[in-house]
Amino acid sequence: MRPKNRLDKLFAEKNKDILNVYCTAGYPHLESTAAVMQALQQNGADIIEIGMPYSDPLADGPVIQQSNMTALEHGMSIPLLFDQLGKMRDTIHIPVILMGYLNPVLQYGMAAFCEAANKVGVDGIILPDLPIHEYETEFRDLFLSNGLHFIFLVTPDTPEARIRKIDSLSSGFIYAVSSSSTTGNTAPIEQQEAYFKKLQDMNLINPILVGFGINDSTTFRAACRYSNGAIIGSAYIRTLTDVTDIGMATKEFLNKITG
Amino acid sequence: MSFNVNEHGYYGNYGGAYIPEMLYPNVNILQEKYLSIIHEPGFRQEFHQLLTDYVGRPTPLFRANRLSDKYGARIYLKREDLCHTGAHKINNTIGQILLAGRLGKRRIIAETGAGQHGVATATVCALKGLECVVYMGEKDIERQAPNVARMKMLGATVVPVSSGSKTLKDATNEAIRDWINNPLDTHYIIGSVVGPHPYPDMVARFQSVISEEIKKQLLDQTGNANPAYVIACVGGGSNAAGAFYHFLDEEQVKLIAVEAAGCGIHSGKSAATTQLGRPGILHGSKSLLMQTADGQITEPHSISAGLDYPGIGPLHAHLYESGRAIFMSATDAEALASAFELSRMEGIIPALETAHAVFVLNKLNFRKDDVVVICLSGRGDKDLDTYMKYIS
Repeated sequence: MRPKNRLDKLFAEKNKDILNVYCTAGYPHLESTAAVMQALQQNGADIIEIGMPYSDPLADGPVIQQSNMTALEHGMSIPLLFDQLGKMRDTIHIPVILMGYLNPVLQYGMAAFCEAANKVGVDGIILPDLPIHEYETEFRDLFLSNGLHFIFLVTPDTPEARIRKIDSLSSGFIYAVSSSSTTGNTAPIEQQEAYFKKLQDMNLINPILVGFGINDSTTFRAACRYSNGAIIGSAYIRTLTDVTDIGMATKEFLNKITG
Repeated sequence: MSFNVNEHGYYGNYGGAYIPEMLYPNVNILQEKYLSIIHEPGFRQEFHQLLTDYVGRPTPLFRANRLSDKYGARIYLKREDLCHTGAHKINNTIGQILLAGRLGKRRIIAETGAGQHGVATATVCALKGLECVVYMGEKDIERQAPNVARMKMLGATVVPVSSGSKTLKDATNEAIRDWINNPLDTHYIIGSVVGPHPYPDMVARFQSVISEEIKKQLLDQTGNANPAYVIACVGGGSNAAGAFYHFLDEEQVKLIAVEAAGCGIHSGKSAATTQLGRPGILHGSKSLLMQTADGQITEPHSISAGLDYPGIGPLHAHLYESGRAIFMSATDAEALASAFELSRMEGIIPALETAHAVFVLNKLNFRKDDVVVICLSGRGDKDLDTYMKYIS
């Protein structure tokens, strides 16, 4: 039997200042996925979000695009990633989620993907270009039967009724995009307080993590004020570019965020 | 069989709106409003007035006698190359700029491959006094310099795209990212029958004026509104969608879509999507797509920037899968040869894209009285550099 989903356990134990850090599989080096995960776990990340690289990452800004291209040039793929994650649960005990775009997952096969993710101990999936309608009618049962949470995005422009609908279909947590922008945008997060407050006041079923535009302790604290935690992506990828000591670089980076 | 889009935006197995949440408000408002807006009497009146007085419609349907003699059929050319700006693309940009106005948008973005859609977008933005930003791959900027100059002359900002293959696919990615980052004031004028629902249907409707006119003109000129064949090139497929539109339910009309085979379908340098692609998701819809076994989109190749795209519109994927349209292809060399043939036999220099459609005259077995309509989607001024290299 599969243990209880680690995201559920995490949110049962901790409901604020949760730190989810994104890394791209196969970046900065093809074999560095495991080292990056170790470094994140050791230095205070609560959730590891692994990006499955894609040739056309529409929702991502230049930093994550570049990391995707580099990882693909290294030869990263979904089958190889599942190989790399095969033994991760010997050492990684925090929740792990996979983020990517729909097409590579569809080519792998959605059923095979969910089964493989379950087998290696993944806890949740983010596919920003999988629409609600198709999720509900074609894929929801597959995710649930494999013990995988499916995490939807909401934005400042998502209407309230749609947020309710997304909340009813989500499990794990809801990924609140802090501004309507691609990843790595640095519009001031403080300007979005009304939106975060609205989400907080809606008393949603699912916890909320805020993402996009978080890169230091000020933005992290601002995001956490009205939510259960925050997601960091581009700022960490930028840190990993050209580093020799992944452990040290990750430690310094996360100290700056949580310090 | 239905060739109309269903309520979720699908043609058979293809279509839909596979978009990140950041695009939802803009795409949703289009889904909800596009049909009511384009059916408004005021909209229709303004659209047709501009097509008449500004674009120069109806475009002629020209009986090409020397080609007819050579290929043993009654060959007609639908002269979209005579549209203002030199291609069919402006039919769609006129429609979308009027729609953008009714949605209160002040800023327009577009992607372009050959530059024809970029020019057509820059043109209507100048006409309506709206800001215009066009994304274009660096490789295409190089090979379609005259159109880059035209866009700048018209006041548009041309943004070079250096990601990926530096062509149409990547320009589309950047335009979509711009739209994500500018959700309130911006309308994205997609140039082909691709993208999330309702774009494929909306663009096909604006381009359907092509087949509407063909029917009337054929009835006048031949006494029969339906030809034996309609032939059009397909990159994303907007001129083909427009040329096929009013014939989709006329089963006796054979619809021929011509893809770019590049250096040969199996050469590794091709853009023949139906021959090389599998179902997948790109730019917001499910369609046939050139991709690796891992689902990474592959870089297509065509001498023609307008056909250099790794997918086709979902309507075309459905026409291919259902057998309603026959998909053929022309290589770079075959298209070049046909461009010269049309120039020297009929005095019409076609765009490289269009030349692909002309080529298949060599491949089809006509009966003497078959009426064949080729959609002459654009003129060749932008391709003269390539043509001159070929001469020397």
